[in-house]
Amino acid sequence: MQAEAKSTQVQAVKTRKKKSSLNGGWKENVTGYLFIAPMFIGTSILVIFPIIASIVLSFTNWNFVSGFKAAEFVGLKNFTDLFSNAVFLKSLGNNFLLLLAIPVGLFISLTLAVIINKYVYAKDWFKVIYFMPFISSTVAVAVVFQVLFHPTKGPINQVLMSMGVADPPGWIADVAFSLPSVMIIMIWTSIGFNLIIYLAGLQSIAPELYEAAEMDGASAWYQFSRITIPLVSPTTFLLLVTGLISSFKVFDLIIVLTNGGPANSTLTPVVYLYQQAFLELKTGYASAIALVLFIIIIFITIIQFVGQKKWVNY
Amino acid sequence: MEAILNKVDRRKALVTLLMAVVGIVFLLPFAWMISASFKVEEEVLTFPIQWIPATWNAAANYQEVWTGNLPFFLYYWNSIKVSVLTTITSVTISALAAYGFAKIQFKGREALFLIVLATYMIPPQTLLVTQFLLYRWIGLYDTHTGLILLNSFSVFGTFMLRQFYMGISNEMLESAKIDGAGHFRIFWHIALPLVRPAIATYAILRFIWTWNDYQNPLIFLRSEHLYTIQLGVAAFADAHGSIYSLMMAASVSAIVPLLIVFVIGQKHVIEGIQLGGVKG
Repeated sequence: MQAEAKSTQVQAVKTRKKKSSLNGGWKENVTGYLFIAPMFIGTSILVIFPIIASIVLSFTNWNFVSGFKAAEFVGLKNFTDLFSNAVFLKSLGNNFLLLLAIPVGLFISLTLAVIINKYVYAKDWFKVIYFMPFISSTVAVAVVFQVLFHPTKGPINQVLMSMGVADPPGWIADVAFSLPSVMIIMIWTSIGFNLIIYLAGLQSIAPELYEAAEMDGASAWYQFSRITIPLVSPTTFLLLVTGLISSFKVFDLIIVLTNGGPANSTLTPVVYLYQQAFLELKTGYASAIALVLFIIIIFITIIQFVGQKKWVNY
Repeated sequence: MEAILNKVDRRKALVTLLMAVVGIVFLLPFAWMISASFKVEEEVLTFPIQWIPATWNAAANYQEVWTGNLPFFLYYWNSIKVSVLTTITSVTISALAAYGFAKIQFKGREALFLIVLATYMIPPQTLLVTQFLLYRWIGLYDTHTGLILLNSFSVFGTFMLRQFYMGISNEMLESAKIDGAGHFRIFWHIALPLVRPAIATYAILRFIWTWNDYQNPLIFLRSEHLYTIQLGVAAFADAHGSIYSLMMAASVSAIVPLLIVFVIGQKHVIEGIQLGGVKG
């Protein structure tokens, strides 16, 4: 789901409208509607209707067990409750901290992409290796890392202790390290996607630029920082935005790995939404969380459209 | 000249070797998982790590996962069923819509396309609550049909295939039209065969995403006999949370078939993501 959204985002940004020269007429119209009907009807029922209903519900105190009659209009109460609720604010804060993982992941991905692009044999194999975590079941990955991160017996801490770290972190069991643990896994799983997109971006840089730099005696670092980084900045910007958006959708990983704990240290708005809607059965309240999330994502998207023109160095 | 070539190659070979080591480290979690799934429980967490089990217990571990208390064969079958059917419906719906949006001049085309595209901005979790209510109301809750429909209307698929249809020259289609072929015939006999690689890419991606999906089955299924493998692994981890060798055997069962699908179709997947993602 997340991966899909990410790719769509990347694509959506690149839309170009083109006119077809096949001409209209009523028959053309009817055929056209027939072709798009399944997609359009499905999207209307499963996306457009639910989002509208969700907006309406966010102003009620309804819980779905008690039937429609029990629904009561409560105005902005859900939202005022939400923003005075320490747990929800904590979950928002956690999600903003998760965003720190994105630039780190992008830097690692770009470095690997540059090396793979120019300096190795068997490029395709490297792509496959780094892509593997991206296509792996999140549930299984979370189960594996639960054991790897085990505070006393886990292999990661065993290695750390054998290297002389007397008091290694408790990872997912430790309030201070649980969020960084989630970030490490997020970076590990996202490198593949970022790397592939970066490789495509690197291929569009003219090789003459590097040749010229080399003739002038520029070091590898100079080439990387003065040619590569500026020229892939459109790709970086795109991946940054898709990364920001997808970080607000991380669900499977956290539910299985920590379930938001310990002490809400890995709780995110999406996980909180799930708990409120399906465990606490507060439908209206959960809809309000959904709306807040929706607004955050729209906001990031707007920044993207504005920023694309302003900040990207072509 | 030859000396220079040799030198360059040697440097490249060295970097390749170093990168291979980095790659192996990157994949260590998988290696550890597979190795642990072959071990007897007492040896799973021994240190230093024994990558090759001292005592092999693979048969017993996998037997316990597959024929133990939880019906893994059933979960597997459910996952295969849901993933295959989702892939087929989603590819069909997207291929039709994409052709319509790319090659048929109908009224309101741009506006309708924009509406479909805009729905992408909506994060799926914001829809969960109302989709859940809708499903309970129309009787799709706790059914595979409902689960399949949830992933069948893909903006990603429609958008990606549309990009590929756009690449087909209109002259080709026009000449077929002059010969009296309607859009359905053009779609089936000309357009579809031309975008086959794109269809393959999307089909593989859709299969992988549906197979790995945990969130939708978690919310839209309740009956255990409908569970997919992801719910099965999570349930298994709950039941056997302290028996790591078994948990790893369950994880391997969920990950490895997909890794095989991916390695076979990797060219399609990687090229598809690059094409769709960057060249657009």
